[in-house]
Amino acid sequence: MARRPIPLALGLPRWPGAIAAWLVLALTLGTLCIVALRAGTGQWLGPADWAAVRFTVLQAAASSAVSVLVAIPVARALARRRFRGRSLLVTLMGAPFILPVIVAVLGLLAVFGRGGLLNGVLSAIGLPKVSIYGFHGVVLAHVFFNLPLAVRLILQGWLSIPAERFRLVATLDLAPGRFLEWPMLRAVVPGIALAIFLICLTSFAVALILGGGPRATTVELAIYQALRFDFDLAGAARLAVLQFGICAIAAVLAWTVTLPQAQGGGLDRVVQRWDGGRLTKVGDGAVLILTACFLLLPLAMVVTRGLSGLAEMPISIWPAALRSVLVAALSTILCLGLALTLAMRRGGALAGLASTLPLAASGLVIGTGLFLIVHPFTNPARLALAVTALVNATMALPFAYRAIAPELARVEGDYGRLADSLGLRGWARLRWLIFPRLRRPIGFAAGLSAALSMGDLGVITLFATGGQETLPLAMYRLMGAYRMDAAAGVALVLLALSLLAFWLCDRGGRVDD
Amino acid sequence: MKLHLTHVAGLFLSASIAQAQEDPVLTIYTYDSFVTEWGPGPVVEAAFEATCACDLQFVGHGDGAALLARLQLEGARTDADIVLGLDTNLTAAATDTGLFAPHGLTPALDLPIAWDDATFLPYDWGYFAFVSDVSVTAPLNFEDLAQSNLSIVIQDPRSSTPGLGLVLWVKEAYGDRAPEIWEALADNIVTVTPGWSEAYGLFLEGEADAVLSYTTSPAYHLIAEGDGSKTAWAFEEGHYMQIEVAGVLQSSDVPDLARSFMAFMVSPGFQDEIAMTNWMYPAVTPEGGLPDGFETLAVPGSALLLSGPAAREIRDEAITEWRDALSR
Amino acid sequence: MTDGLWLDGLRLEQDGFRLSADLSLKPGQVTAVIGPSGEGKSTLLSAIAGFLAPVAGRVVWDGQDLTQIPPGSRPISILFQDHNLFPHLTVNQNLGLGLHASLRLTQADKAKVERVLDRVGLADLGDRRPGALSGGQQSRVALGRALLAKRPLVLMDEPFAALGPGLKAEMLDLAVEVLGSAGRTLVMVTHDPEDARRIADAVVVVAEGKAMPPVPTQALLDDPPEALRRYLGREVG
Repeated sequence: MARRPIPLALGLPRWPGAIAAWLVLALTLGTLCIVALRAGTGQWLGPADWAAVRFTVLQAAASSAVSVLVAIPVARALARRRFRGRSLLVTLMGAPFILPVIVAVLGLLAVFGRGGLLNGVLSAIGLPKVSIYGFHGVVLAHVFFNLPLAVRLILQGWLSIPAERFRLVATLDLAPGRFLEWPMLRAVVPGIALAIFLICLTSFAVALILGGGPRATTVELAIYQALRFDFDLAGAARLAVLQFGICAIAAVLAWTVTLPQAQGGGLDRVVQRWDGGRLTKVGDGAVLILTACFLLLPLAMVVTRGLSGLAEMPISIWPAALRSVLVAALSTILCLGLALTLAMRRGGALAGLASTLPLAASGLVIGTGLFLIVHPFTNPARLALAVTALVNATMALPFAYRAIAPELARVEGDYGRLADSLGLRGWARLRWLIFPRLRRPIGFAAGLSAALSMGDLGVITLFATGGQETLPLAMYRLMGAYRMDAAAGVALVLLALSLLAFWLCDRGGRVDD
Repeated sequence: MKLHLTHVAGLFLSASIAQAQEDPVLTIYTYDSFVTEWGPGPVVEAAFEATCACDLQFVGHGDGAALLARLQLEGARTDADIVLGLDTNLTAAATDTGLFAPHGLTPALDLPIAWDDATFLPYDWGYFAFVSDVSVTAPLNFEDLAQSNLSIVIQDPRSSTPGLGLVLWVKEAYGDRAPEIWEALADNIVTVTPGWSEAYGLFLEGEADAVLSYTTSPAYHLIAEGDGSKTAWAFEEGHYMQIEVAGVLQSSDVPDLARSFMAFMVSPGFQDEIAMTNWMYPAVTPEGGLPDGFETLAVPGSALLLSGPAAREIRDEAITEWRDALSR
Repeated sequence: MTDGLWLDGLRLEQDGFRLSADLSLKPGQVTAVIGPSGEGKSTLLSAIAGFLAPVAGRVVWDGQDLTQIPPGSRPISILFQDHNLFPHLTVNQNLGLGLHASLRLTQADKAKVERVLDRVGLADLGDRRPGALSGGQQSRVALGRALLAKRPLVLMDEPFAALGPGLKAEMLDLAVEVLGSAGRTLVMVTHDPEDARRIADAVVVVAEGKAMPPVPTQALLDDPPEALRRYLGREVG
């Protein structure tokens, strides 16, 4: 009896999701409208803007493709191997994603740069130096940033295949790749690729620094220029619309190739597989070691560089650190609230839209729009930390939503009717079914949004005044005052705090493992 | 009921007395690094408050360009009485906003050029320059640099003030030959960063032989860190200047106080502090001269500077030439 | 006609599949729903439980029209083919959900849970999670919860199908023993006439798009109508 009856009533209300969705739409599209309304008329896009569009799309597509292609074997290796330090590795590998851009770039350059480790080794063995600057450098950096995310999300897909299925294919002597993994990947990968594409779409510092010149201009840089240098609100609004347009096209493409997946639930048992011999074991080991080197060496450089700067940090970075932690905590709560309520709408178009738009939104446009809204009523500085938390929550929402929504759908598919028949509704349903079953994705989403918020340097620059600096802002201000060593120390503190926040939340979600 | 009214009236009264007793507040918008604990902000604030019977509040907003954008966002509703930290490439746009009032001062300034702007008053200045290790053989000019194998990191003129300064520098020095110079420089440029901090960071990490900064940058390393290994290249074409200025806002509710700050700004209480906190040349040289170490700095043969309106006029063209030459 | 379950001109449609039912079941009885695979036995139970809205007709219990009432508010407990227990909750908590969805249990409630645990033969296992129980023990927990929930109608959608024949028979007996003796009306789906013969007072045959009115088990199995005969094949002698 494969037919699934349509429920008469839902155990989870849909209206909170509607509120969350409209809030997110107001923050992304609404702020854009405000900026556009304030703007006068101006010319449509020039040839330079179109060149920027081309480069933006190309680098984002390449970065997303490479990230996903590399992530698949890594996630597979992680899914089927148990080894000492595995969970530590998974946590550490997530670090690049949550680092402030400039910290990560400096770490990356310490390994791949002109005077970096790689070129040191190459010249020691008599090979010519390689340059990181150029299109490949942009892709390399974006893979560095986004590979961990791709790995984590694909790994979740793997873990969501019930152990019973692997047992089944093993009994039938079928290839798990074709019958279990390929369908899972078809369902999971397009969405992840889209997310990474959109993240790279709005990148600008990475693209510019590693792109090696003005050829590597992205749309986001053009928005930055329009807002900060030219005060051309109309131009910024036009470019932001363009960015949303690209996002929409990419989203439609991704959705057309996604195959919906219906996985039954299995009881909570450790994934065990019966395929693969010594060869795959060696292969998995090699994949994991290479990935770990690629991701961890730059981090190690950030750490060694930061250690010497710790002593030189001004005392004022501790209040800044506290402020960052508070903003991160608030932002995490908001983000989880938004993600859960949106996920409760279970696949509504509104939820899909609201959970994707922030990826394509320009933080600068959102900040400017909010500023224009807030300023007539009160001093924006008074709201700096709250606004920062709200915007950070929105920016992290796509990731939190993608971690939570599929799991929620699965739990509802498996246990929804049982819960319905027991009258488990509203809070009781969240308390006794959703929260316990979603510990893992909620923990992951919380860790991610906390860490992302910790490292963010977006709207805060527009709203905060001198006395309200967060850690990343403090770091930039130190760099701006020649204090690179102290800034490196702050970067280390930031890295440690972000990782700690991520680890605590993520660990909290996996206590039963 | 009567009792209640008296009570409320009493509250109002005490509130207004409190108001009257409170010092007037002077709000100054400036860039971030000015207000940090090692910047000029704290010293200047203490010095001015000692004389003004007022509460001076510095509010930091990003860099110079962000400062102007912020002001334009706020318009006439702004809380700011003074904006401090624009440079000459931004003054034309700032004047056009109509938000500023004349400063009404004619102090004697020690600038390499004459100053006659009625709206904005300089407080410090410097020359853009490439900074490298002393061990590097310094090129003599842009053409020499282009022919060398030296690598440099520069900033994007579309997002950074020094980046814009460099583009105007090349344009002012070479005029129509600017595109040619940029094409020749293309293979020397390791990369372009969004702002000064990233570029300087890359340079210190050894990613390039030199970075676009200021002739005064080596002074920081020498004086604050005791490190004499950095130097600035003196170019024969002369060096483009950055003059940092402040202006009073039309909408200020304490215009007299604001003007007295402007006068203070070009007095020793402010000027004597600027060299060692902002690492720029003060607009008025202190009586005791510049701090030890500044005499070691490269002094350009000639100072290049476009007037505010001229800079704005030529800006888009210069940036387009820069972009096209480097995109090839 | 007012007591018990009354399917009043019920018509169900789902993905081009149709089923009609117009019948009533006496309270306190055990009824088996039997018929070929894919003919809609589970669909019928889903509609009674409230997971599927009928296109026409009503589901009536003791004179009360349930058609617009959500599943959790119907006087009905249901045991599914699988996923009958929440794996993250303990046996006690799973049982407690039968009393209060909020799981705020008084001392008296806890005592009730304790008694039911004992009744289904799981004393001392209350703190375990379902994953640590055998299939038979899991079935006992589900039965215990249905017993705790004061809902007069219990639907069973082959919840014991995965158990061995001996264990299945044991569970069916237990179901009748604990639920039947508590006065519950039982409706169970089965594809095995032996199950029906073992515990059912009456049988509803679902075939060819129709759920037929109940017939006493003995009479039906001894002289099956054509539709059932074809399904039962050689099993009927």
